[in-house]
Amino acid sequence: MEFLRPADWEEALAAKAAHPGAVPLAGGTDVMVELNLGLRRPERLLDLSRVRELHEWETAAGSVRLGASVPYATIMERLGHLLPGLALASRTVASPQIRNRAGVGGNLGTASPAGDAHPALLAAGAEVEAASVRGTRRIPVEAFYTGVKRNALAPDELIRAVHLPVADGPQQYAKVGTRNAMVIAVCAFGLALHPATRTVRTGIGSAAPTPVRADAAEEFLAGVLEEGRHWDTGRPLASSAAAEFAALCAAACDPIDDVRSTARYRRHAVGVLARRTLAWAWEAHRARPDAFEGAV
Amino acid sequence: MHVALTVNGRPLRAEDVWEGESLLYVLRERLGLPGSKNACEQGECGSCTVRLDGAPVCACLVAAGQAEGSEVVTVEGLADGEELAPVQRAFLDAGAVQCGFCTPGLLVAADALLRRRPAPADEDIREALAGNLCRCTGYETIMDAVRLAAARRSEGA
Ligand SMILES: Cc1cc2nc3c(=O)[nH]c(=O)nc-3n(C[C@H](O)[C@H](O)[C@H](O)COP(=O)(O)OP(=O)(O)OC[C@H]3O[C@@H](n4cnc5c(N)ncnc54)[C@H](O)[C@@H]3O)c2cc1C
Ligand code: FES
Ligand code: FES
Repeated sequence: MEFLRPADWEEALAAKAAHPGAVPLAGGTDVMVELNLGLRRPERLLDLSRVRELHEWETAAGSVRLGASVPYATIMERLGHLLPGLALASRTVASPQIRNRAGVGGNLGTASPAGDAHPALLAAGAEVEAASVRGTRRIPVEAFYTGVKRNALAPDELIRAVHLPVADGPQQYAKVGTRNAMVIAVCAFGLALHPATRTVRTGIGSAAPTPVRADAAEEFLAGVLEEGRHWDTGRPLASSAAAEFAALCAAACDPIDDVRSTARYRRHAVGVLARRTLAWAWEAHRARPDAFEGAV
Repeated sequence: MHVALTVNGRPLRAEDVWEGESLLYVLRERLGLPGSKNACEQGECGSCTVRLDGAPVCACLVAAGQAEGSEVVTVEGLADGEELAPVQRAFLDAGAVQCGFCTPGLLVAADALLRRRPAPADEDIREALAGNLCRCTGYETIMDAVRLAAARRSEGA
């Protein structure tokens, strides 16, 4: 085995171009498990630890460019005010030890339907910045997941960063598991209100072959909010509308039975999480000071 | 390949390291530091917890080559010579050690917590130790030990 240690981003891209089979290594919390258990013996590891840019983030034009290797611990501690949904999701990942190493780039690389970053990325409207020596492209996150543990990266590409709009409204994340720590999600749900565009976005984890959005539910809710002038007035949502939103979210699932749960339970639980997160987010939106001055 | 790193303040060099092996393996098998325990090798148990450049991590999930040039603190580095570190003393006094297999990882994690947060609430302790499994104690004496270490620290200060 060869251990490639590029000193910077240019070198990393050149190494990936020269050795498309090289396995990128970020926090190692997925890769090392496979190596330790003998599930994988790649010819080359491409260690990204020394690529400084991957550990940094910058904010410009209302958007955060989050380096692929920024660990979950940093997202929780430093970025909660800009990316509340992703920060909530980060808090549910594994343990402090794992969160000190692992980040969103690795979660996207693995592209497990259970990855906790995905519902938050979908709800926020994130884009993946993929790069190679051929150039850079931005992939809307919903197009990034192409199958169970498959993603849209070309063999010579690396993830440089994820771009997320700074939250313009409340965001929520909820996950079902057997305990608080160290739990792979039975199912998970992310929700973001976008008052600026009068839209609502969702993300569902562990309930389909890939992370998915509940498109029909989003459209339904946007319609209800518009028709009822909810964005203008901050009026509470009717429980019938919340129930229909939940049902449409459950219908967006395509779950399986496995050791962690049954398909039926997952579908049910996604509906419950959808209703709950919507209630929390809408209440938070209504409670914003100055949001509805002069509203009826 | 070889890996040069600082462990418990001492610059060390491991030779003949296989590219796919972990920092845990290097510490235990190549540098003669078996304090960090190997139980699951998949990040689940925390018995291999070390501080890597200040942050507690599972040494079993750090590739040896990633530790090149880094500063590592293992359980062997907590005591000051013969003088036990406050968390070590508190674990003994509170009876937080039974078979002892989980203890090194818990000590490193608890020590890291108290460095960050000298007077942790119970939720902080539970959260900080959520990645460390113990099959013997039922955790209550471990909670007691961390509270004791924190209390002694504040009395001393
Ligand atoms: C005990 C334990 C508990 C866990 N619990 C959770 C959990 O609760 N929720 C959850 O979502 N995950 C969990 N995981 C899985 C893992 O921690 C996450 O998937 C994490 O985000 C991976 O990040 P990493 O930096 O460690 O990735 P790595 O292991 O370094 O890499 C993961 C994959 O991404 C690729 N990759 C990494 N960086 C790049 C890049 N810049 N460009 C292209 N490809 C790249 C790698 O080649 C590899 O295929 C857990 C893992 C363990 C060991
Ligand atoms: S041996 Fe590293 S976490 Fe269990
Ligand atoms: S004392 Fe035996 S595992 Fe904790």
